[in-house]
Amino acid sequence: MVFDATAGFPESRRRSLVDRITRHAEPYLYTAPALILIVTIMLAPLVLGLSYAFRDVHLLNPFSGGYVGLDHFRTLYDDDNFYRALRNTLWWTGASVLLQFVFGLILALLLDRPFAGRAIAQALVFLPWAVPTFLTGLNWAWLFNPVIGPLPHWLYALGLMNEPANILSNPQLAMWGPIIANVWWGIPFFAITLLAALQAIPRDLYEAAAIDGAGAFRRFTSITLPFLAPTIAITVLLRTVWISNFADLIIVMTSGGPADRTQIVASYIFTQAFRALDFGYASAIALVLLVLLLAYSMLIVMLRQVLMDRA
Amino acid sequence: MNSYSTFGTALHRLAILCYVLFALFPLFWLLKVSVTPNDLLYSEGVRMWPSRMSFEHFRFVLAHSAFPVFFRNSMIVAGATAVIVTLLASLSGYALSRFTFRGKYWLVALMLLTQMFPLVMLVAPIFKMLSPLGLTNSLTGLVVVYTAFNIPFATFLMQSFFDGIPRELEEAAKIDGATRFMAFRQIVLPLTLPGIAATLGFVFTAAWSELLFALMLISGNSAATFPVGLLTFVSKFSVDFGQMMAAGVLALVPACLFFLFIQRYLVQGLTAGAVKG
Repeated sequence: MVFDATAGFPESRRRSLVDRITRHAEPYLYTAPALILIVTIMLAPLVLGLSYAFRDVHLLNPFSGGYVGLDHFRTLYDDDNFYRALRNTLWWTGASVLLQFVFGLILALLLDRPFAGRAIAQALVFLPWAVPTFLTGLNWAWLFNPVIGPLPHWLYALGLMNEPANILSNPQLAMWGPIIANVWWGIPFFAITLLAALQAIPRDLYEAAAIDGAGAFRRFTSITLPFLAPTIAITVLLRTVWISNFADLIIVMTSGGPADRTQIVASYIFTQAFRALDFGYASAIALVLLVLLLAYSMLIVMLRQVLMDRA
Repeated sequence: MNSYSTFGTALHRLAILCYVLFALFPLFWLLKVSVTPNDLLYSEGVRMWPSRMSFEHFRFVLAHSAFPVFFRNSMIVAGATAVIVTLLASLSGYALSRFTFRGKYWLVALMLLTQMFPLVMLVAPIFKMLSPLGLTNSLTGLVVVYTAFNIPFATFLMQSFFDGIPRELEEAAKIDGATRFMAFRQIVLPLTLPGIAATLGFVFTAAWSELLFALMLISGNSAATFPVGLLTFVSKFSVDFGQMMAAGVLALVPACLFFLFIQRYLVQGLTAGAVKG
């Protein structure tokens, strides 16, 4: 090897300038295609969308496009539909995240224990996550439909309903439809993430604790939970932002109805752009949603800082 | 102690069974209605399995509806997106894993930002940008948009797989005279095959399921993807449940196949991706 290196010396020096340039350019060459796509298809539309919020942009009106200042935001300030959508977003996000997390954690704990057929059970319980969301929405809409689905009949038989009716057309209950579909679809995500975190906990910790006489509950609260805490914090955080933007199920199952009772901010933006073709107003709502989400993330980061300083 | 643990085991199996039933029941019902002949659809509404099975709905959907076109369109879009994203993300993921370079911090920050803001914000501007280019109502337009949307997550995913491969292997190859790109292509990539499979699967499923941008960008049947086609079908002919559910079962097949293919890597892959992304 030493001999080889010496023999190739003149050639390798000739190559070294080219080498140095390539070496400098290399990381940029690797990342350029991804970067160009992200900038043109995500960042540029984002900036364009922000500018729409201050312009009058209607898809079918060729004379639109003029600057309207804060007009959209004034309209938004008095828009009762927006405030209702905001309240619905809180309810939809809170209930979905909480239920997905609780059932996901229980599932992860169940799967963490070895048993015969665990691989198959795991594949089956994670399956809903692979179901396309539009199909999840349609499937649950059909299950809630008394004409074709069993759920209203079961609820009626249990005495929970006066007649087999569709909860999706009941303004008081309609939001539960998309929430249940969302929980069904989202449990695997939490279970997968938490299961991976559980499997990273060193097993001998549990053995040592058992020898010291700690019961199952004690082991859970003083070993499992502290180990899981960072994963729980980050997944709940990310999912909260993600679910508050997740309009597919609502658009498929109820289109925001009945009487706007299931309209969340994200589906309201989509309805304004897609049905009303009012791109300006849709972008103004989107801008407000973005600011709210940023404020939420900042608040969480600050809260974490305060808690860490105290610890 | 012994009876307590037997009881605990029974409870554990029972809980697992409940989860499995909850996960599978909606899919089972989809399948059940899709094979129920029309004359039994309402008379045997809540029976667990029809007294007579028939594949008439599948035959009708495959022969007399536009669903084969939707299916083909979705296959093209999801397949092309998955391949392109995996290719580009393995390059950028490798760069994030192996190089330190100026602007790396900003690149990561940009990718994280794209994961945070609501994509629904982009519906209107993307429509406005793509329509003068003739990319609305076209499969190419969808592939471009989906590729960009999926690259950041796929990059983080691939990066975590590359991080798991020891650098010494490439160092050795370079000492033997290989360029870095040769080492990447001939040594690192083959070792990352599980990661590549997982990324392909994630992206394929995401592109196969995407609804909002497909609804906005596509009008008319010829370029409609499965979600758009099924939703249009539902709002137009909302009485033909058997046919709709047969179409639903067909939409489920590719996604489930891919899922079974990648589910071994799920726990490994998602953790890496989710914690970082």
